[in-house]
Order: sequence, then structure tokens, then C-alpha cells
Amino acid sequence: MSTTIAQKRGIGSMLWDYLTTVDHKKIAVLYLLGGGFFFIIGGLEALAIRIQLIKPANDFVSAGFYNELLTMHGTTMIFLAAMPLVFALMNAVVPLQIGARDVAFPFLNSLGFWLFLFGGLLLNASWFLGGAPDAGWTAYAPLSTTSPGHGVDFYVLGLQISGAGTLIAGINFLVTIVNMRAPGMTYMRMPLFTWTTFIVSALILFAFPALTVGLFLLMFDRLFGSGFFDASMGGNSVIWEHLFWIFGHPEVYILILPAFGVFSEILPTFSRKRLFGYTAMVFATVLIGFLGFMVWAHHMFTVGLGPAANSIFAIATMAIAVPTGIKIFNWLFTMWGGSIRINSAMLWTLGFIPSFTIGGMTGVMVAAAPADYQYHDSYFIVAHFHYVIVGGVVFGIFAGLHYWWPKMFGKILDETLGKITFWTFFIGFHLTFFIQHFLGLMGMPRRYWTYGADQQLELGNVISTIGAFFMAIGAIVFIYNVIITTAKGEMVSGDPWDGRTLEWATPNPTPHYNFAQTPLVRGLDPLWIEKTEGRKGMTPAEPLGDIHMPNPSILPFIMSLGLFIAGFGFIYQIDDPRWLIVAIVGMGILLGAMFIRSVKDDHGHHIHKEDLEKGAGL
Amino acid sequence: MSENTNSTTTDLDYKKAKKKEEMKQQVVTFALMIVFTIIAFTMVTAGLDKLFVIPILIILAVVQVGFQLYYFMHMSHKGHEMPSIMFYGGTAVAFLTVLTMLVLVWW
Ligand code: HEM
Ligand SMILES: [Cu+2]
Repeated sequence: MSTTIAQKRGIGSMLWDYLTTVDHKKIAVLYLLGGGFFFIIGGLEALAIRIQLIKPANDFVSAGFYNELLTMHGTTMIFLAAMPLVFALMNAVVPLQIGARDVAFPFLNSLGFWLFLFGGLLLNASWFLGGAPDAGWTAYAPLSTTSPGHGVDFYVLGLQISGAGTLIAGINFLVTIVNMRAPGMTYMRMPLFTWTTFIVSALILFAFPALTVGLFLLMFDRLFGSGFFDASMGGNSVIWEHLFWIFGHPEVYILILPAFGVFSEILPTFSRKRLFGYTAMVFATVLIGFLGFMVWAHHMFTVGLGPAANSIFAIATMAIAVPTGIKIFNWLFTMWGGSIRINSAMLWTLGFIPSFTIGGMTGVMVAAAPADYQYHDSYFIVAHFHYVIVGGVVFGIFAGLHYWWPKMFGKILDETLGKITFWTFFIGFHLTFFIQHFLGLMGMPRRYWTYGADQQLELGNVISTIGAFFMAIGAIVFIYNVIITTAKGEMVSGDPWDGRTLEWATPNPTPHYNFAQTPLVRGLDPLWIEKTEGRKGMTPAEPLGDIHMPNPSILPFIMSLGLFIAGFGFIYQIDDPRWLIVAIVGMGILLGAMFIRSVKDDHGHHIHKEDLEKGAGL
Repeated sequence: MSENTNSTTTDLDYKKAKKKEEMKQQVVTFALMIVFTIIAFTMVTAGLDKLFVIPILIILAVVQVGFQLYYFMHMSHKGHEMPSIMFYGGTAVAFLTVLTMLVLVWW
């Protein structure tokens, strides 16, 4: 229905619709497009890195450019690809899973997206304006404070803006899940994806401020002459590392927990069994979230914190492997004895379990502080975190996209193409990264732009580069699949997988108010309960009545644009104070939009009962 | 505060009494907070020993925050379990983090 309407309207009005939307389902699409775009850019950067390393003493790119590629690859993939893609899934699914008509703060939801997008654009604008940041995605001081040019300034301001968006999105989901659950949806009846979103939002709330503070200090050191990280001025560069990793370690869990949630939804659906050990799964998630804050110094074992600190952080880190192990076993037991259907979503899930387990094992290896003196800053670490991030997060995103595509776009992605994507990507992934464990053990350091011919590193690097091209092919097939499905795919019912959770109770396409009547939740897997009792859909918790929905608004876009403009002003004012005018104009746009938002009453609109009965409501 | 025509008189009396009680508490805490602030300012201007003044200032501040949260922002009412968890969880994590940083960086 929505596509036909979209075709009837012009491109212009559709664009306006998306620029102003506050509907979580459309914001999910925006996150998907934005995250997908940056995923492609980050992927191209990765290919360039791998081509450079294919043979010893290669000069495909220069040393300086290599540093830029490497920095931007890491920063883009973590902040601009993985996070937004995860947010796409959360936006598409969580309000439906808890039986809500919308999120708690629709306006903020849209603001969060636009801040992320403009932050990402600011960061990438550096490519065209004298060079990208080149101090690594971790931007360690004093390398970052002394890096010439404006690259690192773009890093600081770009991440600051997109980080604000992430923080806003996290707060929105927290409040949504606390306040907007349908009647009967107690905490211990929430689906695991909602649970992981909830914990992740709390992690965002507590972890991102550390990054914000760190970036502010770095900004003042670089642009306003302070010396927080400058030892010659009484500062301390190790503080940056602490601040970065106090944020950084929770960040890796912010990425992986939603993937855990995705798999915990897919496995019960396609095994036709309820999730094994639901309570244990919930507590493992909470525990991982909590412990995630106690381990940051495992990234700093070689800094010289001393044996006492290293031991404490090593033990705390290894402790995280316990709840993670609990989860792995629960997933396996969920499949045990189930009637299993294997399709693309399941393939990604099945591929995830061994891949992620390898990453967890190398995690425990690098968590042993004395051994880490050997592994640290070598390709072994590169192998470890790609096993967990690609084998965990990226697999999770692909699995989630295949699983929820019919909910988001009404059509099932082509299965044959889906399987081709999986196998090429899966094989390519292991080709690329497994050999890197051994390259690391052989002494290949990370972040070097080349290596010598006499180091016997060539074969491993060739294999690794070939693998990277396999992954690229897989990704291209996926994009082709998306295009083909959009053009030729057939609309399916609202519940194509015989699902168990509430999101499958809505019709296809999901009306913009989600549920005409709020559903009554009577247990875990609410839709499944109704099905086993012979009903087709959910029992409503209320009579049909008027529905109150928020109005669309262009203000979030304008606010983010203002910050984007101000960013350039702040970066260039150090060359010429007149640029401060640009900063003031940008901030003026932001404050003006905030002012309008505050004084203009916007009570939203009502969809009337009569229209709902007629089935319109759009 | 406005009359609720639907509720019975006993209900209304109960609500009124409760409101009154609450009002009293708010006035008391408000007065206490002003007193605390005066104490704080006089201690600083009196030029007492720093080691004595600073801890007391911190204690006064913490108590004031508690007053704010529980009497003015109604955290003493029912239905604030989740805010409390978030609040104390966050404070605990932040405290541990700052403590660890202090120990690691300056020791
Ligand atoms: C069993 C769980 C895990 C353990 C015990 C663990 C342990 C570690 C340790 C000790 C390091 C630092 C090694 C060094 O730099 O010398 C590290 C690095 C890293 N880990 Fe993990 N990890 C685990 C899971 C994860 C997960 C789930 C993710 C992400 C989804 C992740 C992402 C990373 C990243 C990105 C780095 C490298 C950061 C950098 O230096 O650029 N890890 N891990
Ligand atoms: Cu970590």
C-alpha cells in the first residue's frame, strides 16, 4: 500500500516526507540508508588497505594516505556503519515488539538520526579538505594532539556531533521501553531483542559521556591551546586512553548485544521452540552490560599500570566470558530437538556461533595480561576484534535484515541470492581474518603501511586480501538482492515466518500507528500463545478509539545542519578568527530552531475512530 | 488540588491530608536547604581549615541533592523503581570509574 502511494506522490513530496518524518519505521529506513552508505565507504577503504598489503614494499598508497585510510576505516565502521545499522533494526522492531504505537520521543528520535548523518558527513568532508584524520580510530594523544592539518579536528567535531545523536537515541529507547510497554508486557516477558536494546541504551547513556568529555578536552588541546594531554604543560596523555576506553569497551558491547538479541529472536522462530533459558539469557545480558564497565584497562595492559592493576582488569575481563558462554549454550539448546528451518537468516545465525566463539577465545587469550605483551598492537589483535565485530555484529545485522526485511519493506529477500551472499561472505571472512592470527604471532605489527620481503609475511597477506574480495562480492550480491527484491518481489503477509513475538501481529504494511488497538500480552512470545489457543491475532487490551500521533517536523534536520555548519567554523577559526562568524551562524541556526521548538505548541494530531474502522487512517 | 467530583468524601479527605503532609515536608526541606546554604557560605567566608570545610561542604551538598530528588522531584513516591536503579547504578559505576582513574593515574 505504502509503495503505491509513494508512486502516486512525486519524488519531492516523498523526500519531504522522509526529511520531516518522526515515524520510527521511516527513521529505521533512514538509518538503514545512512548506515549502508557509510558501510560501503568503510568497505572501500578496507579494500584499499588490503590491496596495499598484498605484497611487500607495495606503493599502491603512500604511508600518510594509508594512515588516513586506516583511521577512517575504523572510525567509519564503528560509529557510522555498525551503530546506525543496529539502530535501524531497533527502530524498526522494538516499538512493535513491546506493542507501542511510537517511541517515547519521536522528535528526538529524528534528531538523533540527523545528528548522526551530519556528524558523519562532517567527518568525511575531511577527505576533500586537506586530508582525513590519521591518528587511528583510538586517536591516542600525543599523536592526535600533534597531528598536523585539520584531519583530527574533523574527527573530534564529527564524532562529537554524531555522538550526541547516539546519546539522544539511547535515551529515547530507554524511556520507550520503560514507559510504553503494552498492558501485560512485564520486564520478564520482553523479547530478548528488546532486552538487549534496553541494556544497550543504558550502556550508551553511561558510556558516551566519557567520549564526549574526552573529545572536548582533545578539542581544547588542538583548537584552543589548552594542555590536558600535554606533559610539557603539566597534562597527562594517558588520561585520553582512559577516557577513550571507558567509553570504548562498553561501545563494543553496545555493538554486540543487539546482535545477540537478533539471534535470540531468529533461533526460536526457526526452531519452533521457545528460547532456551530465557531468564538466564536476560541475566547474562544484564551482567555483560554491568561488567562491561569494569574492564576498560585491558586495552592498556602495556601502558605500565603495574601488575596489580593489570591482574584486576585481566580477571574482570575473563569474567565476561562466563555470561557470554551461557548465551552460546542457550542458543545451542534452543535448537536442540526443535524443528529447524534453515534459510538465510538462520545461516547467518549458524555461521555466527562458531565464528564468534573463536573471537571470544582469542579474547580470553589477550585478556591474560602477560601474554598480551606479545599480542598487543600486532595483527593478532586485528584478528580478534574482527572475529567478534564481523563474525558477531555484521553477521547479526545481516541476519536481522533478512529476518525483519518483510516487516520493514513487506517483501522477503531472495533466498538463493541470500545464500550466495552468506557463503561468499562467510568464506571470505575466515580467509581474511583467520590467517591474521598467525601473521600477528609471526610479528606483523598493526597499523604499519608495509612490510619487508624478507619477513615471510607475504603468503598470509595474499590470502587475507583474497578473502577481502570475497567479502566484497558477498556485499555486492546483497545489494543486488535488495534491488531485485524491491523491484520484483511479492508482498507477503504480516507474519511470513510463523513468528512468536508481537511485531508479527501487525498487518503488512504496518500502519503508521502500528496497532489500531493496543494488544494484551499474556506471556512470553505473546503471538505464539494466541496461536496455540487457536486465535488468529492478538486480543486487544482496549476498545477501538481515537489515536493520538505526533506531527512531522523539519526542525531536527535544521538543528543538525546548524551544528554541521558550526563545526566548520570551529575547525577553521584557528587559521583565521573570521571563521568564528561561521561558528556563530551555525550555532544561531541551532538555537533558533530550538527556540521555535520551545515556543511553538505542537499537540500532534488524532486519527479518528471512524477512519480506523474504514481501514484508512493514513 | 481541584475538587474531584467522582471521589467519595473519605477519599477526598485522605488525599487532602496527604497533600497537606507533603506540603509540610516540602516547606521543612526548603527551609533546611536554605539553612545548609547559609552554613556553607559562612564556613567558607570564616576562613576555617580547608581539610575541615571541604568534607562538610560535600556532605551538605549530597544531602541537598537527596532533598531535591526525594521531596521536590517526588522520587519518594511509588513507581520510581526504574529511575532509582538507573540513578544508583549510574552513580556506582561513575564513582568506581573515577576512583580507579584517580588511583591509576596519580598513584
Ligand atoms: C570474551 C569476550 C572478550 C574479551 C575477553 C576481550 C578482550 C579483549 C582485550 C584484552 C583486548 C585488548 C588487546 C590488546 O589491545 O592488546 C581486546 C581488543 C578489542 N576487542 Fe575484545 N574482547 C572480548 C569481546 C569483544 C567483543 C564482543 C568485541 C566487539 C564486538 C570486541 C572488540 C574489540 C576491539 C575493537 C578491540 C581492539 C581495540 C583497538 O585496539 O583498536 N571484543 N579485546
Ligand atoms: Cu575491551
